[in-house]
Amino acid sequence: MAKFAPYVGRLERTWHYTYLTICGLVFLYLILPIIMIVPLSFNAEPYFTFTEGMLDLDPEAYSTRWYQDFFTSESWLHSIKNSFLIAIAATFIATALGTLAALGLSRPHMPAREAIMSILISPMIVPLIISGAAMFFFYSQINLAQTHLGVILAHAALGTPFVVITVTATLVGFDRSLIRAANNLGANERIVFFRIILPLIAPGVISGALFAFITSFDEVVIVLFLAGYEQRTIPLEMWSGIREQISPTILAVATMLVTLSVILLATLEILRRRSEAQRGMAPS
Amino acid sequence: MAQADITQSGDGDTRLDKLTTADGTPLKASIRRAMRRNKLIAFGLAAPLLFFIFFSFLMPIFDMASRSVENHQIPEALPRTVAALETWDGESVPGEAAFEALALDIQEGQRSRTIGQAATRLNYQDAGMRSLIMGTARRSDQLEPPYKEALIEINDDWGDLDVWRLIERESGYYTTSYYLNAIDLTYSDTGEIVAQPEYRQIYVMLFIRTLWMSALITGLALLLGFPVAHLLATLPARHANLLMILVLLPFWTSLLVRTTTWIVVLQTEGVLNDMMVWLGILSDEGRLQMIYNQTGTIVAMTQILLPFMILPLYSVMKGISPSYMRAAKSLGARPPVAFWRVYVPQTIPGMGAGGILVFILAIGYYITPALVGGQSGQLISNYIAYHMQQSLNWGLAAAIGTILLFGVLLLYAGYNRIVGIDNMKLG
Repeated sequence: MAKFAPYVGRLERTWHYTYLTICGLVFLYLILPIIMIVPLSFNAEPYFTFTEGMLDLDPEAYSTRWYQDFFTSESWLHSIKNSFLIAIAATFIATALGTLAALGLSRPHMPAREAIMSILISPMIVPLIISGAAMFFFYSQINLAQTHLGVILAHAALGTPFVVITVTATLVGFDRSLIRAANNLGANERIVFFRIILPLIAPGVISGALFAFITSFDEVVIVLFLAGYEQRTIPLEMWSGIREQISPTILAVATMLVTLSVILLATLEILRRRSEAQRGMAPS
Repeated sequence: MAQADITQSGDGDTRLDKLTTADGTPLKASIRRAMRRNKLIAFGLAAPLLFFIFFSFLMPIFDMASRSVENHQIPEALPRTVAALETWDGESVPGEAAFEALALDIQEGQRSRTIGQAATRLNYQDAGMRSLIMGTARRSDQLEPPYKEALIEINDDWGDLDVWRLIERESGYYTTSYYLNAIDLTYSDTGEIVAQPEYRQIYVMLFIRTLWMSALITGLALLLGFPVAHLLATLPARHANLLMILVLLPFWTSLLVRTTTWIVVLQTEGVLNDMMVWLGILSDEGRLQMIYNQTGTIVAMTQILLPFMILPLYSVMKGISPSYMRAAKSLGARPPVAFWRVYVPQTIPGMGAGGILVFILAIGYYITPALVGGQSGQLISNYIAYHMQQSLNWGLAAAIGTILLFGVLLLYAGYNRIVGIDNMKLG
């Protein structure tokens, strides 16, 4: 707890504790609902609340039946396969195109940088419902609606702004004299890119790719408009699950998704530290 | 290629003009060529993504916007009628020629099954038109001259001047009627722009509700986010990083997961109600309805958007030197005064950035209100989805969508001015 200087008055101390309490409550509001579903997903009963047995920590009241339900259900397995397929393909497109574009945008002589940046960022700004409706109209006309390719292209478009932003941010601290040095030593553009630039911007590229991946993996509005039965993803399956009949299987899925985000968060944190260390910044 | 390094020479252009590269080209021309090459390379790197975004994203958006004024159904399905009405004065029911054109159009439309689209299209404007046209179409094989009497015999509405005025009004390839509908206006029978009948006025109310709820959610997020961001910015790094996880984990957690958790927590048989009953605050019959209404939308959306407020606020607060506050206090300001007059003004850029960000995200939100909003917690995007998927009035969906899009772009321009997209931070 805070140590107060001797001259700090009682009022100020009281206020300090009130302030800490407020912050604590906000943290609870942020995190408690997410934490709460973890034990609930092991509920032996098909309820969405803690049973008395659970509160008494009775092992009988806990079970993994909802996880078994998930892993034996054909439609959930189908959707998990789709989710990974679509997200990986979309991430690949978004990362390749986004990294190239960020390299272009960070070059000293980029023409119309602001305007191009605004266009490239636009998929992130436009509300998903509008993107979804628009893509539905357009992709239907060119026979891309209800195809894997259509969903992949749509998700790739949504993911690119994240790659552009993270890679551009990494390139801000990039020392261009390294490129000149490599050129001087006889390296051509290709070697410079793969041996000098790419390793240095790798943290930015990877975190951009992770953003693109999670954007696709978690996206439901576009899928709702664009996907047919064959393209059902986990979020779409959850969406219809929540709307039609809530089965606790959804809590098992939610818990697994929380685990996934913990892993992603940890990966990003490691990348951030690496990037800072590389650029010679003190870790914050 | 000019590899010559130009150092700043004080003598200016005269000397530069005389400089040449090894092969004899003037240095200036050589530099210009190199610059052009650099520009081309830079643009060339961005071009594939520009092309991709243009094809996969911008063209769909333009296509949607054009759909909000497009009106091909009537001129395509009723070409003869449209032509016959061109010279019509609109003062009295048209003559036999127009009726003949209509009868032929309907007969042909019935054969090629294209009449339904026109009927649906006219029905958006006047809710009797579909049954009038489709009823006539089903009996169109009996139509014989004189067509005027034959059509009026099938349905007397064909003798109604307003029906003809409606067809004439919607006979162009472009229409403003979707936009009028989107702001609760319509054409009167005589073709003037008037308010919709009261029971059909919902969109202005929905736009206002969306703005109001987004403002409320933004305000709540600021109120809750400010102390937390301040705590994170002032604590020693070791503790702050730990607490930061509590902000970043929800930020990274799936939107559907977070919406689901709010259903679990807030529903009448849910965790919060159970807890209050167990604690004796509520009786078992007195469980609170906290979800499937506006409360549900506000509580869930505030939590979902809170990280978007905390993160920009935090990064601004991190840059505020504590010495300002110490200076203010040493000059005699009491802590609240020092906080309000010295600290808070310095956080305004962060409040602006977070505020606009949360507001932009909130006015376009669809998933959360659809799942926890019930009737009273629906936002404008839920009606776009409704017209896309249920009523199939795509023109109206496109018009509402385009209006919303313009609102968001305006806000975004403001955000860009305050923060700049280059400074956007993720996570």
